[in-house]
Amino acid sequence: MDYVIEMLNIRKEFPGIVANDNITIQVEKGEIHALLGENGAGKSTLMNVLFGLYQPEKGEIRVKGEKVNITNPNVANDLGIGMVHQHFMLVEPFTVTQNIILGSEPKTKMGNINIKKAEKEIQELSDRYGLKVDPSAKISDISVGMQQRVEILKTLYRGADVLIFDEPTAVLTPQEISELIEIMRSLVKEGKSIILITHKLKEIMEVCDKCTVIRKGKGIGTVEVANTTTNELASLMVGREVNFKTEKKEAEPKDTVLDINNLYVKDARKVDLVKGLDLEVRAGEIVGIAGIDGNGQTELIEAITGLRKSTSGKITLRGKDITNKSPRKVTESGIGHIPQDRHKYGLVLDYPIGANIVLQTYYQKPYSKATILNYKEIYSKAKSLIEEYDVRTPSEYTLARALSGGNQQKAIIGREVDRSPDLLIAAQPTRGLDVGAIEFIHKKLIEERDKGKAVLLISFELDEILDVSDRIAVMFDGKVVADVKPEETNEQELGLLMAGSQVSKVGGTNDGE
Amino acid sequence: MTENNKLFGILVPIVSVILGLIVGAIIMLFSGHNPIIAYTSLWNGAFGDAFTIGETVRRITPLILTGLAVAFAFKSGLFNIGAEGQVIVGWLAAVWVGLTIDAPMIIHLPLAVIMGAIAGAIWGFIPGLLKAKIGVHEVIVTIMLNYIALFSTNAVIRGVLTDQSTTTERISPTASLASEWLQSLTFFSRMHYGILIALFAAVVMWFLIERTTIGYELKAVGFNQHASKYAGMNVSKNIILSMVIAGGFAGLAGAMEGLGTYGTISVMSGFTNLGFDGIAVALLGANNPLGVIFAAVLFGVLKEGAGEMPTGAGVPTELVDIIIALIIFFVASSYLIRWLLLRFKKEGDK
Repeated sequence: MDYVIEMLNIRKEFPGIVANDNITIQVEKGEIHALLGENGAGKSTLMNVLFGLYQPEKGEIRVKGEKVNITNPNVANDLGIGMVHQHFMLVEPFTVTQNIILGSEPKTKMGNINIKKAEKEIQELSDRYGLKVDPSAKISDISVGMQQRVEILKTLYRGADVLIFDEPTAVLTPQEISELIEIMRSLVKEGKSIILITHKLKEIMEVCDKCTVIRKGKGIGTVEVANTTTNELASLMVGREVNFKTEKKEAEPKDTVLDINNLYVKDARKVDLVKGLDLEVRAGEIVGIAGIDGNGQTELIEAITGLRKSTSGKITLRGKDITNKSPRKVTESGIGHIPQDRHKYGLVLDYPIGANIVLQTYYQKPYSKATILNYKEIYSKAKSLIEEYDVRTPSEYTLARALSGGNQQKAIIGREVDRSPDLLIAAQPTRGLDVGAIEFIHKKLIEERDKGKAVLLISFELDEILDVSDRIAVMFDGKVVADVKPEETNEQELGLLMAGSQVSKVGGTNDGE
Repeated sequence: MTENNKLFGILVPIVSVILGLIVGAIIMLFSGHNPIIAYTSLWNGAFGDAFTIGETVRRITPLILTGLAVAFAFKSGLFNIGAEGQVIVGWLAAVWVGLTIDAPMIIHLPLAVIMGAIAGAIWGFIPGLLKAKIGVHEVIVTIMLNYIALFSTNAVIRGVLTDQSTTTERISPTASLASEWLQSLTFFSRMHYGILIALFAAVVMWFLIERTTIGYELKAVGFNQHASKYAGMNVSKNIILSMVIAGGFAGLAGAMEGLGTYGTISVMSGFTNLGFDGIAVALLGANNPLGVIFAAVLFGVLKEGAGEMPTGAGVPTELVDIIIALIIFFVASSYLIRWLLLRFKKEGDK
């Protein structure tokens, strides 16, 4: 068999941990090979070894059958290995062409940059793989999906035969994802090979030929995608059976808990990002907000929770006006908030996990009396929450920083849910988490709903929205443009709504009772 | 992991001090001096007799307080370069009260001490307010305020407290921290009761930071302002409060000099350096109250002992400044020391 890339028995150690332990991955010419694993399983380490950023302690790398020693990324480039990073490395005010040639500019005889020649070459490459990129467009003017294609072109322009895609669909809309899949297919048709790093099983089933699974740094094995199922892949990845479909009863919505009327919010640049939004969440239901990032979701949450002032409109919680109240007043009036960015907002990373458990309640009894903290109460509370929410930590005195993302998130959820708020806002609660943690968090959200609490879920993952919500509010350009039931819609329709197109089928938008 | 960090937190300053003394010895060897004789005379200069011990304690007192002033602000993520100016205004205010008010000691002395602290607190409040409300960096403002404090104080001494003289009268005995008992114990050194105030201040800082909701908020704001805001804390209030308390500590240091050591205030041609040394003390003490006490003791001993080195060993006093600088250098490059310690540990494990 002809392999373009072989990584054999790779071992990579860092002080204290073995990031890669005896991992083997063999990629054939013209195949799409998935690299599947939970967060922290060692996928990125392995690819960084291939890309020359790390040197392995053991094992060998072969490119087209020949043993190579990849000492730095330039060597990787010369061997025809290209990486499409998850976070794009583009210069915004530059054009597509300028970005692509950056670092390897073609020169004219006079020593100037030959931009015409470069543009022509890029146009040819773009046409050949169906990328539809305009070489003279500015990066700041094109969509995220288009920017990703520029990244792909960058690797092709440098002569890559093997392209590594690092979680490429994380930032894309459903339409852009299906277009990307087409592009990947046309790339392999032209003889390129692709390594796809992902933890999304659906994409693997759809587009990949083979899948190599790693778990906790160990190579679990390689399977033919045609002979496997999503469930099998998931249990290989996690090491146990995983329940995908979140089990839940029919929702029984009761009185209105959160009522937002004609809300306007400006962002930091003084631009209106929420423009006359109406939204209602009732007790005993989960309302999911679907939308592409940047359509005002962040500003909406910040306005509800008091982190940002709204310019006009009204927000009430159980009939009580909470518009533009301070975060403390909002919290005290019965809102729990699982913030989108857990490191920035959710935790003080340099405090012990126990001290983080009382982040909003430290000034209340029994955690303090007359400003004197009662550590015994604080840490015994922390200890019981850590047990209840299965937060894996050496102890309640461990710094929050030392915990994994999933365990940090469980601690935050424990803290917010434990206060038993009337309204629980969960913003991207499962971002970057692995299957096991996602399952747990979804279960908790549904439990809260079943206790008669209102839950507002904001997510960019349509799967999550469709799976967990009882009602979906689609947000576009600062407004709720559609209000649909998850069982009456699908990803395609939601994707179109999120992009602002009107779908005739959806009638009752914004009925608001 | 956490225990390891704690161990390193203690080991790094100790190793830094040892390395500083060793490198200082090497420099002495190169410049033709005998380091053993030099360090012996340094020791004698600090602990040789009761008088020098008294003077050493007197020198340690304000260093503890300025160390606390820098360390406290640092707990909320603020860099208080302004301890120097806060010392000067605290000194001025304390002496002013000592000179002008007529009251029994039980009122006069506490009043003078407290006024010193309040003056320093006001000098901390200004940069705190500017930082909290309009985001001006506290380093810039505190540096400027140091100069404002220095020159305004000189103007007040010349024009208000005296008639164009360079030194005020001695403060009234009812406002003095000096103690005949301590002086008689130490052959009439200038040791005064201020050391008790300084140690008490360290306890206050420890209690505030570690045991109260105030400290919980101050530290949270220092670590992560976004999360503090999310948790419902008032970030601006905490920034201002942190600078006010820090300024209060530095103001107390000034009061110690005014009411204890000197009993007067004189026109200054330059900074006292107490505030700047406070930065070094806080750094060596890892911003921890107990650490600050140890660091202040070390620096006080080195500085007091240095006076004996020229006569005892022919070594210039500046060498002690070099040693202090080296210690700070090693603390600042703690990464290097950590790495060295880890290397040794690994070798030991094998």
